[in-house]
Amino acid sequence: MNRREAINRVALLFGGTIIGGQLFIEGCTRPATKDVASLFEKTQTDFLGDIADTILPATKTPGAKEAGVGEFIPVMVRDTYTEEDQKVFVEGLTKLEEAANKKYKKNFQQLSPEERTAFLIELDNEQNEYHKNKKDEDPNHYFRMIKQLTMLGYFTSELGSTKALRYNPIPGRYDGNIPYEKGDRAWA
Amino acid sequence: MADNTYDAIVIGSGISGGWAAKELTEKGLKTIVLERGWNVEHIKDYQNNTKDPWEFPHRGGRTQEMIKDYPVLQRDYPLNEKNLKFWVNEKDSPYTETKRFDWYRGYQVGGRSLTWGRQSYRWSDLDFEANAKDGIAIDWPIRYKDIAPWYSYAERFAGISGNKDGLAVLPDGDYMPPMEMNVVEKDIAGRINKHYNNNRHMIIGRTANITQPHHDRTNCQYQNKCWLGCNFGAYFSSQSATLPAAAKTGNLTIRPYSIVTQILYDKDTKKATGVEILDAETNQTYQYFSKIVFVCASTFNSAWVLMNSATDVWDGGLGSSSGELGHNVMDHHFRLGAGGRVEGFDDRYYYGSRPNGVYIPRYRNVGNDKRDYLRGFGYQGGAGRSGWSRYVAEMNIGGDLKDTLAEPGEWTIGITAFGEILPNHDNKITLDKEKKDKWGLPVLAMDCELKENELKMRKDMMDDGKEMLEAAGVKDVYTYDSGYFFGQGIHEMGTARMGLDPKTSVLNKHNQVWDALNVFVTDGSCMASAAAVNPSLTYMALTARAVDYAVSELKKQNL
Repeated sequence: MNRREAINRVALLFGGTIIGGQLFIEGCTRPATKDVASLFEKTQTDFLGDIADTILPATKTPGAKEAGVGEFIPVMVRDTYTEEDQKVFVEGLTKLEEAANKKYKKNFQQLSPEERTAFLIELDNEQNEYHKNKKDEDPNHYFRMIKQLTMLGYFTSELGSTKALRYNPIPGRYDGNIPYEKGDRAWA
Repeated sequence: MADNTYDAIVIGSGISGGWAAKELTEKGLKTIVLERGWNVEHIKDYQNNTKDPWEFPHRGGRTQEMIKDYPVLQRDYPLNEKNLKFWVNEKDSPYTETKRFDWYRGYQVGGRSLTWGRQSYRWSDLDFEANAKDGIAIDWPIRYKDIAPWYSYAERFAGISGNKDGLAVLPDGDYMPPMEMNVVEKDIAGRINKHYNNNRHMIIGRTANITQPHHDRTNCQYQNKCWLGCNFGAYFSSQSATLPAAAKTGNLTIRPYSIVTQILYDKDTKKATGVEILDAETNQTYQYFSKIVFVCASTFNSAWVLMNSATDVWDGGLGSSSGELGHNVMDHHFRLGAGGRVEGFDDRYYYGSRPNGVYIPRYRNVGNDKRDYLRGFGYQGGAGRSGWSRYVAEMNIGGDLKDTLAEPGEWTIGITAFGEILPNHDNKITLDKEKKDKWGLPVLAMDCELKENELKMRKDMMDDGKEMLEAAGVKDVYTYDSGYFFGQGIHEMGTARMGLDPKTSVLNKHNQVWDALNVFVTDGSCMASAAAVNPSLTYMALTARAVDYAVSELKKQNL
């Protein structure tokens, strides 16, 4: 985002702050904690990929799991999140499983596609409610983190950029008034 | 010593230094450019320009490690994964904030000409006469007619695209064909023009991106990745334009990693004899000698060099006899404005990423308009359709959300005001001799703040934006003020101002240091006021003008 984009930008992600890198923090390096390191294990990237794929599933274009979002999320959590947000994120995955077990007596990945969707819609409503009333000093909701990272990871991935969106790295010219029909894809 | 002797020395290789190098070498002077930073090679060092978004592990964002390493840069948008190498290493080069000051620097061959915003506007006599009329600070020693031919000269070489809008506050220049407003911008521009009876205008930005092939440069390809460096050389930088032209003469030497620590001053002749440098890699000291010295190290570092020079004659350094060296710091204050939704264009879209926006030139305190503050402001902005990061209130998750976000959202427009800051003696930078940089050199201490005039202006900057957008039919208009800290405009100006009197100014009307006439300072430090428009084009014009004068004086053996 250069200055003009910063100026022109009106709709920020979720109409608010992007969790992680935008925050002002005071010093201190954080080597990946054991918990964060575990996110890179295949079982976890698979788990994250399945959550992401429920948020942005395959339609006529590829879904988030195929686009590599499961592998993208741990990188972002490790490198761009504060320690506090990392903790919320890692504990959030446990909370998510607990909630799935409480409601369905199953782990998230054992749910049917319909159950996964219904379950995550509930979580999304929960995080929306939470953030509506959240004070600045309150922690972020883990599902908002997952959803943000899923959207970022998907729409900037190769599949997301080239299949869901239209990617044209060298347009060559500018036309400020072309016809648009509902269904035409946005430029990446 | 013979090997270290040139006709001219240029300190710095950014916009002003590049122009000095081009003009001096083309006039036949053997010239050495001393650049404190690393040696960027045009195109070769723009590797990130050709990468796809998914090749960046954090997709262009910032990591916690970057935030820790760049405590200043992280305060605003410049800190990002894609062009980190074009920003200064803050650990090596700290400074002192007596008051918070956001100093965004680029230490490399090309300086900040690699990352600049490229908006290129002429000043008018509204600006050059303002100090005299308002009784503020000191009068400019030049008027529009003195610089107008040099604006043309700079525009023709740099390649500025723009429309001739015929506005007195913003004189037209020698432009390449303008970029195009999109359909919504055109509509809003027409409505603003009509609503304000042709007294306010929204025009396409005048930008240093070429819209036709120019010299060895390819016209803009509408990638909007300028600040990663452009492989087509489509935007003006020292790297794409002035330094290659200078190199072509055979008269140019560039020495990177060369921190100029002082200008060598001969008190008998009252002239500079050359400069001393510290090699940033080896810590060795060298001296270079020349007939003339052009100081183009950027506003604050040029003042720093002067402050460290001839201290045996003047405690405050070369150019300090007026008591104004390091004072009268200016910037443009901004980060506030308005925006909203635009209805009725859902069947319209655009092709290409235009590296330019729209501009609303100053109208406050112009003609019969009188406010309770002095000077004014302009707006930069643009309209577009929102992208995948928009909030879709009625959708949670799922295929519908994905497919909806893959389509462009509604049209929105945003405008941000850029306001003039008055020169004020109390806004200053000084040497902090207690704190040292990586090379053991004293650092600068910044002590600047907005005063009453700017704070009053900010109310209009926000309210006017709302009023104009509402008048233009924009829906759900909101205002914002993200707050401003000195330096965030990245338009530092005024530490060695030009003037008519050596008692109150550091430089004369030809950018010569009153106390050493063969030393010329032509970057932002020379500015006696700030105007409301982006300043770099004025540095280009002033630099070319000063070189022309310097070389004619050399020929007359007056220097």
